[in-house]
Amino acid sequence: MMLDFIVVLPELVLLFGACALMLVDLYVKSEQRRVSLAMAQAVLLLAAVATLLVLLGSGGELIYAFGKLYVADVMAHLLKLSAYAAVSMVLVYSRQYLIDRDLMTGEFLTLLLFALLGMMVMMSANSFLTVYLGLELLSLCLYAMVALNRDSATATEAAMKYFVLGALASGMLLYGMSMLYGATGSLNINEVAKQVAILSKDSTQHAFLIFGLVFVVCGIAFKLGLAPFHMWIPDVYQGAPTAVTLLIGTAPKLAAFAMAMRLLVNGLLDLAHDWQQMLAILAVLSMAIGNITAIAQSNLKRMLAYSTIAHMGFMLLGLLSGVVGGNWRNAPDAYGAAMFYTIVYVLMSLGSFGVLLFLSHKGFECEKLEDLKGLNRRNPWYAFIVLLLMFSLAGVPPTVGFYAKLAVLSAVVNAGMLWLAVVAVLLSLIGAYYYLRIVKLMYFDEPSDATPLAERPRAVRLLLSANGLALLVLGILPQPLMAICVFAIHKL
Amino acid sequence: MLLSLAIWVPILAGLLTLAAGGNESDQRNAPAVRLIALLGSIAGFLVTIPLYTGFNLLNPGMQFVEQHAWIPQFNVFYTLGVDGISMLFILLNSFITILVVIAGWRVIQQRVAQYLGAFLIMSGLLNGVFSALDGLLFYVFFEATLIPMFIIIGVWGGANRVYAAFKFFLYTLFGSLLMLIALLYLYNKSGGSFAIRDWWKLPLPLDAQLWLFFGFLFAFAVKVPMWPVHTWLPDAHVEAPTGGSVVLAAILLKLGAYGFIRFTLPILPDASRELAWLMITLSLIAVVYIGLVALVQTDMKKLIAYSSISHMGFVTLGFFIFNAYGIEGALVQMISHGFVSAALFLCVGVMYERMHSRNIADYGGVVNSMPKFAALMMLFAMANCGLPATSGFVGEFMVIMGAMKANFWLAFAAASTLVFGAAYTLWMYKRVIFGAPANDQVAALADLNAREFLVLGTLAIAVLWMGVYPLPFTEVMHASVNDLLRHLALPKY
Repeated sequence: MMLDFIVVLPELVLLFGACALMLVDLYVKSEQRRVSLAMAQAVLLLAAVATLLVLLGSGGELIYAFGKLYVADVMAHLLKLSAYAAVSMVLVYSRQYLIDRDLMTGEFLTLLLFALLGMMVMMSANSFLTVYLGLELLSLCLYAMVALNRDSATATEAAMKYFVLGALASGMLLYGMSMLYGATGSLNINEVAKQVAILSKDSTQHAFLIFGLVFVVCGIAFKLGLAPFHMWIPDVYQGAPTAVTLLIGTAPKLAAFAMAMRLLVNGLLDLAHDWQQMLAILAVLSMAIGNITAIAQSNLKRMLAYSTIAHMGFMLLGLLSGVVGGNWRNAPDAYGAAMFYTIVYVLMSLGSFGVLLFLSHKGFECEKLEDLKGLNRRNPWYAFIVLLLMFSLAGVPPTVGFYAKLAVLSAVVNAGMLWLAVVAVLLSLIGAYYYLRIVKLMYFDEPSDATPLAERPRAVRLLLSANGLALLVLGILPQPLMAICVFAIHKL
Repeated sequence: MLLSLAIWVPILAGLLTLAAGGNESDQRNAPAVRLIALLGSIAGFLVTIPLYTGFNLLNPGMQFVEQHAWIPQFNVFYTLGVDGISMLFILLNSFITILVVIAGWRVIQQRVAQYLGAFLIMSGLLNGVFSALDGLLFYVFFEATLIPMFIIIGVWGGANRVYAAFKFFLYTLFGSLLMLIALLYLYNKSGGSFAIRDWWKLPLPLDAQLWLFFGFLFAFAVKVPMWPVHTWLPDAHVEAPTGGSVVLAAILLKLGAYGFIRFTLPILPDASRELAWLMITLSLIAVVYIGLVALVQTDMKKLIAYSSISHMGFVTLGFFIFNAYGIEGALVQMISHGFVSAALFLCVGVMYERMHSRNIADYGGVVNSMPKFAALMMLFAMANCGLPATSGFVGEFMVIMGAMKANFWLAFAAASTLVFGAAYTLWMYKRVIFGAPANDQVAALADLNAREFLVLGTLAIAVLWMGVYPLPFTEVMHASVNDLLRHLALPKY
């Protein structure tokens, strides 16, 4: 029992940290909010240390806790570390934006940390129950954060949409889980996997399992924002304050990826033949709808929202090419590629929303395409950073976005699905157009507002530069991250 | 080590140039920036010279090979090496880069550092394309060149630059993405190797070869460009600044042809033979039809652009008639076209700088005010028609000889280019240069200054040297080309 508490140390640190922050914040005046902010960063740092300790203590081996409700493996640790980094970057990027809009409140920080806790629970879940608990903790925090600016009608509308559709998706997921529970008699993912291996040989039982599987896949698709379950993404991304969009568009993707891995790969691998087909449809639809619709957007946040849909579709290509005709030889590479893609996408997404926050100032929201016009004239260095971000999103070498696409495409080709690779490539060609359009606005057009950029805090400037350059550095040396991702999948 | 230097010296020089430019709202740094770029490009050329002097003429394989692990996860290596086919292109590229830097000396007044930096970085990337022996490394360099070229056309180009930049980027990206799938397929079939030299030995069934052939064909045909996917080129050329046009015509177009000879022919020899009729037909259409299109152009840059397409048709024709004359002639033609088209675009640039017009109709009688210029341009125009004793003659003659060996009518159709080429080039020359001065502006033109004379004069020497004594260029190719032909003769399945 004692050991169990040591294994969940990162979650405990975060839980107590968040509670402490909530209390301390009551005594902090609004002009001293930086105390709370520093505390939040400290909590994240402590959690990262705790995670590393658990990782080193376990020597990379898998540990279960609390009667196998909870699992700590390399994938969970790696995703958690990425999530801490992402949330920490969110705090740095959004500080000035929130202060300018009087949104820098204790609630924001507390909700943020609890959302992170929810993600961590999802990443380490080893039971349907734990998956659901983590998911709801995350989602409820996000609903509230979207509505943080309660005087904004669009934000409130976005929060309502998000809540209603999110509740529907949770319901579907839960329904699917209950079906699987009915068939296998267990909520524990290992146990479910064992039962599914036996039951899937019987055609009646198999049909029953598929029935549950469909709902589970729908739930996952909603959380990842895959077409045709993507309707909430553009509205929420656009309606939410950009700082919250930055959060929604980044770390939760890691959690959703973990959820897909836990449920589909850990739990239902013997149904891979069935869910791979479903994912193929979702992937093609998402890439098509995401990339084509993004072209028509004039709002940057909306455009990036559609770009998310397309990217998550691309990521799915990795998930769906793991098992070929019952052969799992490709699986580590394929799932590793999907994980690499997700982490890289989060990094790119942080940068691109970070730029929007960077360019916004008091009384001005940078969210239209025109707002980027002539950025090269106003500041060549940040224009270059955005250029890197856009080419990386488009998947042009030598940026890391290319290797993410390459790894996934390689998995698809190895699985013998050349047609899917060709479709993916053609759709990303369409996608390249709207990323190029941003480069065009920055470099080819004259600025509509020729004032030099307002002075920004040094931390943000450094972080944004580091974020952009990381895409280039990882692009030239992609090996370490790629190897870690595949290693994590091997240890699953 | 030499090849790494050839790649990274220009790239580092480019980054240095960008850094020296600082925040370019003021122009104070411009002279220093120009100097750094010039020194960088000269250094970039100097490091490539040992590639020629130290080249072993008898070795048909790769020389100056260097190999380091790069992405072990995918078995990707940083492998560089050159043979007789690729070595000259590295020299050509590094040489042209110097001229481009000098040519942009005064014309480019806005964002000088970004302009020169982009060219230097691109020069390094292009050397990377010509020396990469790993499929993925090749692809990375091949694609990365799109970024600086996109910026160059879009920022410093003419009125319709945005359209041209997008067309250029999306057209070429389309082709290369299909090639990526083909590369991944080969990676899969070869048991996880990206080494191009392993792929040469890989046995492949004919139907797989045919599919792969089309995968590569799109990428390379767009770059060459072959008819009917050539339409991006005139747009890109017309809108690009002079330096951009020069690099585009002299080097970037060679990437496609180089791809054919490095990938398509040796990896897919059976499919190449099987589909040679298609390639020959497309090449002849480019030679004849595009030659006729060039005849009716009213814009000088567009005319030269179409002439480039027509000349590149000669190159692809030479590759797919499968004999030593054809292939060597095509390679010589590529080098020669690098000099001649660069020179012609620079000539147009010289006039455009003074008159701000590329319209043939706005000129006439330039010889009266610019005699030195007229003489040099005469030489380049003659080289463009393939006059003996100029570089243009050698390549075309060899390809026609090769075609003659294959089929008389093929050679006959190909030889028609000598007529059309002479027609459109000389007719343009006549209308622009000869006659009475067309207007007061032309009468008041100033002749070449020392800088322009230096650039065009150097190219004139190169064109004449290659025309009179082509041996230094052809002797390095022999061993590698013969080796390639032996390889092509053996079926792979």
